[in-house]
Amino acid sequence: MRFDWNWEFTAEILPRLLAATLNTLIAAGVGYAIAVVLGLVLALAQRTPWTPLTKVVRELVEFIRSTPLVLQIFFVFYVGPQFGIRLSPWTAGMIAIGLHYSAYLSEVYRAGIEAVPRGQWESCRALNLSTRDTYLRIIIPQALPPSVAGMGNYLIGIFKDTPMLSVIGVAELMHTANAIGSEHYRFLEPYTLVGVIFLAISLPAAGFVRVFEGWVRRKLGL
Amino acid sequence: MDMSAYPLELPEGDRPMVRFMNVTKSYGTLTVLDDLDLDVAEGEMVTVIGPSGSGKTTVLRMLMTLETINGGVIYVDGKPLTHMERDGRLVPANERYLREMRASIGMCFQHFNLFPHMTALQNCMEGPVQVLRLPKAEARDRAEELLSMVGMIEKKDQHPSRLSGGQQQRVAIARALAMRPKVMLFDEVTSALDPEVIGEVTTVIRKLVAEHNLTMLMVTHQMGFARDISDRVCFFYSGKIEEQGPPDQLFGNPQRERTRQFLSAVKDAG
Ligand SMILES: Nc1ncnc2c1ncn2[C@@H]1O[C@H](COP(=O)(O)OP(=O)(O)OP(=O)(O)O)[C@@H](O)[C@H]1O
Ligand SMILES: [Mg+2]
Repeated sequence: MRFDWNWEFTAEILPRLLAATLNTLIAAGVGYAIAVVLGLVLALAQRTPWTPLTKVVRELVEFIRSTPLVLQIFFVFYVGPQFGIRLSPWTAGMIAIGLHYSAYLSEVYRAGIEAVPRGQWESCRALNLSTRDTYLRIIIPQALPPSVAGMGNYLIGIFKDTPMLSVIGVAELMHTANAIGSEHYRFLEPYTLVGVIFLAISLPAAGFVRVFEGWVRRKLGL
Repeated sequence: MDMSAYPLELPEGDRPMVRFMNVTKSYGTLTVLDDLDLDVAEGEMVTVIGPSGSGKTTVLRMLMTLETINGGVIYVDGKPLTHMERDGRLVPANERYLREMRASIGMCFQHFNLFPHMTALQNCMEGPVQVLRLPKAEARDRAEELLSMVGMIEKKDQHPSRLSGGQQQRVAIARALAMRPKVMLFDEVTSALDPEVIGEVTTVIRKLVAEHNLTMLMVTHQMGFARDISDRVCFFYSGKIEEQGPPDQLFGNPQRERTRQFLSAVKDAG
């Protein structure tokens, strides 16, 4: 075996890979946005006094967390049409990845909410705040800073999981690298570049999350 | 449970600000309060003392609707608090009714429980703006006036983490008062404080007693303070009122053996 890195080829495929990086970022971004919002809904649903709902949501979260993402992607894309839900690879992928990560984020929120001292709830009661104000103005702002680290980890996690979308043909980074590889029968350069691009985004993102966590804390005066 | 013994509303002429009527509270098999009867008149300052676990905190928490009760009815200002009328009968109050009734009650806690992400001023404006729907400017005026009253106006823009325990507790009192409750509840508000700052807080409570016609129910371990400012002292023992009376009588000439034992025990402890 010999190592022959072709710089010319590298330069030729780089623009295509960078364009695909944009797709990857969009997929991660949209999926994450879904997960952030849906995760909060799942976390709050588990706190309603209505036990049938809390039980069902609890089971759903457990189910999502204990089955592989790639299965969920296949499921939404290939099984959905049998129920009349026909989605493009992009939409199906975004929903699957958003749903998957919402289960994890709901656990992050849940832990954050549970870490808020009981006395805070009682103060809200004593001041007669509505349930809505209690959550939005008192509890969630305090649950946020301890959740930011976990949320940040899953942001990077979702980004690193986007290659799974290639299995249903979403033209993200991995899918593009595969395509380039089979067109030119050269895999070293595209795959290496994919790794470098992932690294170049993940590392600064991790640093940014840490800075952001401190900023949120200061912003809330905590 | 037969509710017919409980009036839908207390009759004119027999309307204390607070009435506990045969109130029972239990956790599982543990009965914490047993058939409690207690009236607090309008403007009266009633202090609750007693050994640890005798149910003092529970009395306040039931009145603040932080706990549900297992028997009896609590009335506030003549109206049922724990129950509401439906078809001429009392049924357990729903959340909406509780919210309406809770407006007359304010509470301060042992550990202050200020909102840590808000300044002292914001803590005091939160309820008036969000619950009472006061315009911001009016809520601010009210909050600043109360913060001045408790001597915390200079620190109004500080977050709780920058305040001492005594200062936080004074803000907490201002925050509760900003809702203009008719009844104020104090649960060991000086117990978590260093000895040298207890005076800051008791001074504020003394001022409330002297200058306002608030009805107050206070749990404390400070016997001297209780003797000074109370209209009446209730000694709780094992979920019941063992003895009650004017402070000079209860402290000076207790009638029950358990009261004497308790008072001499706390005196020995300092
Ligand atoms: N949530 C709860 N679950 C079970 N038992 C409880 C609960 N809250 C209070 N108790 C019990 O009820 C009893 C009365 O408690 P309470 O807090 O009213 O006592 P207290 O007189 O305020 O005591 P202290 O002086 O220690 O504050 C105690 O035996 C306590 O263990
Ligand atoms: Mg207590």
